[in-house]
Amino acid sequence: MNWFRFASPASFFPLAARLTPWFGGAAAVFAAAGLYLGLIAAPTDAQQGDAYRIIFVHVATAWMSMFIYLVMAFWCAMSLMFNARLAAMMAQALAPTGALFTALALITGALWGKPTWGTYWAWDARMTSELILLFLYFGYMALRQAIDEPRRADRASALLALVGAVNVPIIYFSVKWWNTLHQGASVSLTSAPTMAAVMLAGMLLMALAAWFYSIAIALTRVRAVILERERHAGWAGEVALAAKAAR
Amino acid sequence: MSVAEFVAMGGYGFYVWGSYAACALAIAAEIVMVRARLAAARRAAGNREPSQ
Repeated sequence: MNWFRFASPASFFPLAARLTPWFGGAAAVFAAAGLYLGLIAAPTDAQQGDAYRIIFVHVATAWMSMFIYLVMAFWCAMSLMFNARLAAMMAQALAPTGALFTALALITGALWGKPTWGTYWAWDARMTSELILLFLYFGYMALRQAIDEPRRADRASALLALVGAVNVPIIYFSVKWWNTLHQGASVSLTSAPTMAAVMLAGMLLMALAAWFYSIAIALTRVRAVILERERHAGWAGEVALAAKAAR
Repeated sequence: MSVAEFVAMGGYGFYVWGSYAACALAIAAEIVMVRARLAAARRAAGNREPSQ
């Protein structure tokens, strides 16, 4: 099988359409299991009471906010190095979802901060660098919007995304490098998790749900982007006609 | 555990349900908006004679 075939938007379009329901379905199953474990099966925390249950949405959204940025920066690098249209379209399709998860990480963090720290917001390193991540997503999208010619918009916004990628390790390690109000990592690759197994399972299931949701929504958005940008190519009209015939 | 206890979340109901509601609303809105964008892109591509 020649995988490079799918680097062409025209052949990637139907593949994305076929894959989306599977990723969306997986997201729904993982979210249902994660919500059951997080809201019903997991016991009340001895120190934080039930307020800790925000962890199941907070960690999933915060991880996704950083991970989507890295994936976006990867596609931006691909688009710059190989001058690949589809790579730039993937980055373009990921940015709004990344911004959404960043906003949700900040909102759920604020709602968790109030009952546990007594404040919705503090200018500590973790929160400030996460807010900068939100502005980087906004800057990337605004720069794209501001340039009419799509290929020029691809290059300029890719450069911005790559420079901004330095912020992601700053967010991740901020709790180690600075003395933050935010707690350190509960889960890491190098040490045993500092939480009960059922809580950990709920958190990982919610993270998986966020992953699969992000893939499904980005694949759907990239199809819209492909049609918007390639509508002058003959094949895009054929896709639209086929969709009309299927209805 | 009763339904009322579940909703109260030990007094943290506003914060816990506020977090979950924000996520649910944002994701629902994103799904609606992306589907509408894809449908609009399809119409725009179809309303034009295929070139060449």
